[in-house]
Amino acid sequence: MNTSFSWIKDYVPSLDCTAQEYMDAMTLSGTKCEGYKAFDANLDKIIVGKINKIEKHPDADKLIVCQVQIDENGTEVQIVTGAPNVKEGDKIPVVLDGGRVDGTHAKGAQEGGIKIKKGKLRGVESVGMMCSIEELGSDTNMYPDAAADGIYILSDNPDYKDAPVGSDAVELLGLHDVVFEYEVTSNRVDCFAMTGIAREVAATFDKELKLPDVKETGNDEDVNDYIKVSVEDSKLCPRYTARVVKDIKLAPSPEWLKRRLASVGIRPINNLVDITNFVMEEYGQPMHAYDLDTIGGKEIIVKTAKNGEKFVTLDGQEHELDDTMLMISDAEKSIGIAGIMGGENTMITDDVKTMLFEAATFDGTNIRLTGKKLGMRTDAQAKFEKGLDPENAIAAMNRACQLVEELGAGTVVGGVVDIYPVKREGVTIPFNADKINALLGTDIDEETQVKYLRKLDLDVDLANKEIHVPTFRQDLLRPCDIAEEVARFYGYDKIPMTLPKGAATSGGYSLKKIVENKALDAAVAYGFDEGMTFSFESPKVYDKLLLSENSPLRESIRISNPLGEDYSAMRRSAVGGMLTSLAINYNKRNKDVRLCEMANVYIPKALPLTERPEERMLLTMGMYGEGDFYTLKGIVDGIIGETGLNGKTVYKADCDTEFLHPGRRANVYYSDKKLAYVGELHPQVQKNYEIGERVYIAVIDISTVLELLEAEPQVRYEGIAKFPASTRDISLVMKDVILAGDVEEAIRKNGSSYLKNVELFDVYVDSKLGLGQKSLAYKLTFMASDRTLTDEEVNKSMDKIIAALEDMGVSLRK
Amino acid sequence: MQDLDRILKDAINKIEESKDMDALSDIKVKFLGKKGELTSVLKSMKDLSAEERPKVGQMVNEARNNIQEKLDKKKEEFEKAILEKKLAGETIDVTLPGKASKIGHLHPNTSTLREVCDIFIGMGYKVVEGPEIEYDYYNFEALNIPADHPAKDEQDTFYISKDILLRTQTSSVQVHEMEKGELPIRMISPGRVFRSDEVDATHSPTFHQIEGLVIDKNITFADLKGTLQEFAKRLFGEDTRVKFRPHHFQFTEPSAEMDVTCFKCKGKGCRFCKGEGWIEILGCGVVHPHVLEMSGIDPEEYTGFAFGVGLERISLFKYEIDDMRLLYENDKRFLDQF
Repeated sequence: MNTSFSWIKDYVPSLDCTAQEYMDAMTLSGTKCEGYKAFDANLDKIIVGKINKIEKHPDADKLIVCQVQIDENGTEVQIVTGAPNVKEGDKIPVVLDGGRVDGTHAKGAQEGGIKIKKGKLRGVESVGMMCSIEELGSDTNMYPDAAADGIYILSDNPDYKDAPVGSDAVELLGLHDVVFEYEVTSNRVDCFAMTGIAREVAATFDKELKLPDVKETGNDEDVNDYIKVSVEDSKLCPRYTARVVKDIKLAPSPEWLKRRLASVGIRPINNLVDITNFVMEEYGQPMHAYDLDTIGGKEIIVKTAKNGEKFVTLDGQEHELDDTMLMISDAEKSIGIAGIMGGENTMITDDVKTMLFEAATFDGTNIRLTGKKLGMRTDAQAKFEKGLDPENAIAAMNRACQLVEELGAGTVVGGVVDIYPVKREGVTIPFNADKINALLGTDIDEETQVKYLRKLDLDVDLANKEIHVPTFRQDLLRPCDIAEEVARFYGYDKIPMTLPKGAATSGGYSLKKIVENKALDAAVAYGFDEGMTFSFESPKVYDKLLLSENSPLRESIRISNPLGEDYSAMRRSAVGGMLTSLAINYNKRNKDVRLCEMANVYIPKALPLTERPEERMLLTMGMYGEGDFYTLKGIVDGIIGETGLNGKTVYKADCDTEFLHPGRRANVYYSDKKLAYVGELHPQVQKNYEIGERVYIAVIDISTVLELLEAEPQVRYEGIAKFPASTRDISLVMKDVILAGDVEEAIRKNGSSYLKNVELFDVYVDSKLGLGQKSLAYKLTFMASDRTLTDEEVNKSMDKIIAALEDMGVSLRK
Repeated sequence: MQDLDRILKDAINKIEESKDMDALSDIKVKFLGKKGELTSVLKSMKDLSAEERPKVGQMVNEARNNIQEKLDKKKEEFEKAILEKKLAGETIDVTLPGKASKIGHLHPNTSTLREVCDIFIGMGYKVVEGPEIEYDYYNFEALNIPADHPAKDEQDTFYISKDILLRTQTSSVQVHEMEKGELPIRMISPGRVFRSDEVDATHSPTFHQIEGLVIDKNITFADLKGTLQEFAKRLFGEDTRVKFRPHHFQFTEPSAEMDVTCFKCKGKGCRFCKGEGWIEILGCGVVHPHVLEMSGIDPEEYTGFAFGVGLERISLFKYEIDDMRLLYENDKRFLDQF
C-alpha cells in the first residue's frame, strides 16, 4: 500500500510534519511505514520559463540557441539545446544555473541528481537547461502530455498554460510531494484504502479527519429500467450494487486527478478508468465497468461457472473454469470473473455510450482460491481476497458517480440496484478501562482511553460500558483488540518494562537436549565441524546410495507441494546430505574434512501418512582425509561413552547398509540393542558423489541412546586396586576369517572374574604363518580386590581360556 | 692458636677462589679430611695441658663448622650455576606451532541457540521440543488461524496431506505445552521450521525458530517488554536498546515487533542496518484469549505472552554473515570460523 503526502492531506488538511516525522510516528502507532520517496529530493531552482527567441547555433546543425525569459520582469538567459520540439513562445521548465535535476533524459534518475552549471556548447554560452519530464524524475506514463522525446512543453497543457513565468515549476507539476510505502497487516482491511490510512493519521497526530462529502447523484430516470440484477449465491456475493451512466464522454482527466493517481504510481488513462482507480485507492473498493450495450438481456446474474467452461478475460487470455468459481453473467453468457477480471466480451471501448458500474462484495477466500487456480493476480483480486466491508461498496459506488458528474464524464442514471440480503452489523465489545490497564501493565485513565478510541470512529457507550465497532473495523472483536488500540495510541514505547512476578519456575534442558549437546560437543572435540542440511532431499539420492528396490530407506514421506523434486522426500537418513556436504568440501579442495549433523529423520508408520511419523534424532558423521575405519570406530565409542553409556559396545559385521563397503561396515550394539553403525563408504557411492578419497560414515541413533540411558545404572566408585595385577601376553594364530571380536568375547567369557582387561596389541599377517592365517596378540590383566593372585590361580584361568580358543580353531602361536 | 686462625683464613680464601665442584672437594680433603689440616691440629692437642685442651677442641670444632658452612654455601652456588647453564641450553622456540589434534566447531546456529537457551534457562524457562511434521490443528487452528486464512495457503506451507504438514512455526509447541495443563508455563522451544521459499541469500525453505511462552496469573504486556529487553541486553550487550512497534499475529493480541539497536553502529545508522540504526529481531505479543480457551486455559484467570525469534536472523546479524546459503553448504572454511 502506498499513499502520497498530498493525497493524505486531502483528508487531514491540518497535518503538519516532515516526511521522516510522519514515517516514524505512523510506524509507532501501528501503520508500518517501510520508507518514503520525495519526488523533489533532487530538484532545485526549477522554474517556468518562456522561450522568447530561437536562433541556429553558428557551429552545430543539431543545436539551437534560445533566449529564455525567467521572470515576470523580462530577465532572459541564453540556453543552448539539442531538443527538436521547442518553438518561440513555449513555456517550459527551466533549471537555472546552479540548480539540480533528478536525472538525464536518456538514462533517467541518477543517484543524488545532477547539478546544472553554466558552460559553453560548441563555443556558445549556455546558462541553465530546459527540462524533459525524465529530467524532472518522472515519465510520460505519469505525465501523458509531456513530450516523449524532448522538452516538456507546459503551454500545450490547458491546466499549465497560464502559469506565470518565473513561478515554481515543481510546484506546478505537483512534484513537491512524498510517496510513502506501508506494510499493512492482513487484519487491517480498512487500511488498504487512503481513507483508512487517513483515519490512522488523524488519530496518530490528533488532527481532524475530513472524509469526502458524497452528494446524491443521478437524473430522474430509474436504473431498474436499464438493468435487472440477481444473485444466486449470496454467501459468495454478500452485496452487489450497480448504477448506470449514459451519454459517456471519454476524455483525459483533469490535472488534479491525474496527479493524485500519479503520486501513488498509477498511470492516468481517461476519465472513466481514472475514476474507478481513484475510488479503489480512496475507499479500497474495486469497481468494474461494463459496456451496457453488450450485456445480453440487460440482466446481470451472479452465479458460479459451469465445469469446463471457457472464458476470455479483457486481457485476451482464455481460462478454463470450474463450478467453484463465481462469475458475473448476463442473460446469455459469462461476462466477468467475479472480483478478478472482466470479460473481453463486455469491456469498455472508445465507442462506449452507456456503461454499468459494479461495486460488489465477494467472499475473500473464494476469490483467493479462484485466482490461484487460474494463475491470476489482479489489483482488484488482491483487495477482495482480504474480505471487504459490504457497507463500503455503496459508499464507493456513490463516490464514483459523484466524480462522473463532477468531471462531466457522463450522465448518471437515478437510483441504485442494491442486492444486500443480510445487512452487516458491527459488533459490540464490553469496555473496561481497568481491565485494559491490567492487561497492558499500565495506568491510563478512562478518559484518555476513550479519547483514543473515539478518534478511531469507534462508538464508545460509557453508560453501558461498551463499544460499538463500525463494520470497517472487522479486526476488532474482543476486549484484547480494544486493549491494542489503546496501547497503540498511548504509545508502545511508553508502556513500562517489568519482569513477570509470580512463583519461581525451574528452567533447564530436557534430558534429550542434554544428551544431544553432550554427543555434539564430543564430536566437535574429535575434530568434527557441525553442519546443517535440509530435512528434505531428492528421491534420486536413493539410486546414488545404491539402495535396493525394497530398501526401507526408500519408503519416505513425500511433500505434496515441494519446491521441486529435489526437495520432495522427507529424509530417513541424513547420509545423502552429509555426502553432498563432503563433496562440496572435496570440490573446494578442503583437506581432512570431518563433518557431523544432529538432525531428525522421519519414519512413517504407514504410507500415505495418516498420523504423525516417528521423528528420530540421529548424529550423522562423515569424514575423509586423515583417519580410517578404526579411527572413526574409536570416535564413535568415545561419543557413546560421553553420552553416559559407560559399558562396552559390541561391533558386529552384520551390517547390511547398502551404501557402505560390504567388507568394512559394522553395527554397534550396546546391551544387545543396535544404536549405531559405522563403515567405509562404498567405492561406487564415493564415485557417485565425486569424492576422490575414501569416506567414512557413522550414524549414532540418539533416540536409542536415550532409551538405553533409562536402564543405565548410576556410576558408582569401585575403589582403586590395592593389590598388584598379574598380566599375561598371549599370541594366537587362526584363520583370517575368525573375527577379533569373537576371540575377545571367548577370552572374556572364560577368563573368570579375575580377568579385568583384554587388550589387543598386535595384529600380524605373514606368509610364515601359512596362507589365510593371521596372528593376534593380547595382553590379559588379572586382578583380585582382596589379595594378590597366585600364579596357579592365573594359570587356571589361562588354561580355560586357551581350551576355549582351541575349540574355535584358535591356537597359541609356537 | 695462630695456626688455627691461619688455617681458617686459608680455607676461606681457597673456598672463595674455587672455580668448580672438584676444587671444593679438594679443599674439603685438605682441611677437613682425615689427613687434613684441622685434623693435625687436633692431633697436636696431646701436647697441651688439660685446661687448654677442651678450649682448643672447641675452637677447632668452630673452625670446622665454619669451613663446612662456607663449603656448603659455595657448593649451592655452583649447583645453581650448573642448573642455569643446563636450562639455558634447553631453550626451545615457543612460537613453533602446537601439536594438539584439531577440534571442530559448532555451527553458528548452534552457538547462537545455546546462548539464547542459557539466557532463558537463567530466567526459569524450560527448553522443550515438538514434532517437525505436525497436524494442521497444532500449526494453525489452535493458534487462531482459521481454515481460510491466507497464511495457510500452499504457497507458504509444505503439506504432506490435507491434515499433516511441515510446521511453519515453532509456535505449534506452545499448544502441546498448554494442553498438558501444568501451569504456570515458562518455556522456550527451538527447532526446525519449513516454509515454501526458494533458496536465496535471505531465504531458505528450512530454517530455525525459537518460540517463547509464559502463562501465569497477572502477566502483562509490560512483562513481555521487560523480559525481551532483558534478553536483548544479555544477547547483544548491556548498551542495547529495544523498540516495540505494533504488529499483527493471529495468536497474540496486542501484538508487536521488536527492533534492537544495530549492534554495529549502536543505533547511529550504518550500512549494516541500512541507515536505520535499528534491526527487526522478533515478533511477540500477549497470548490471544481464544488460543488459551482452545487449550483449556481460562483467559479470565490466566494471561500470558509469547514471542518467536528467527535463529538464522540472529546468527546472520551476530556474525555478519551476508548470505544465508552459507549456513547450509557446510564448507569447512566457513564452519571453522565459529
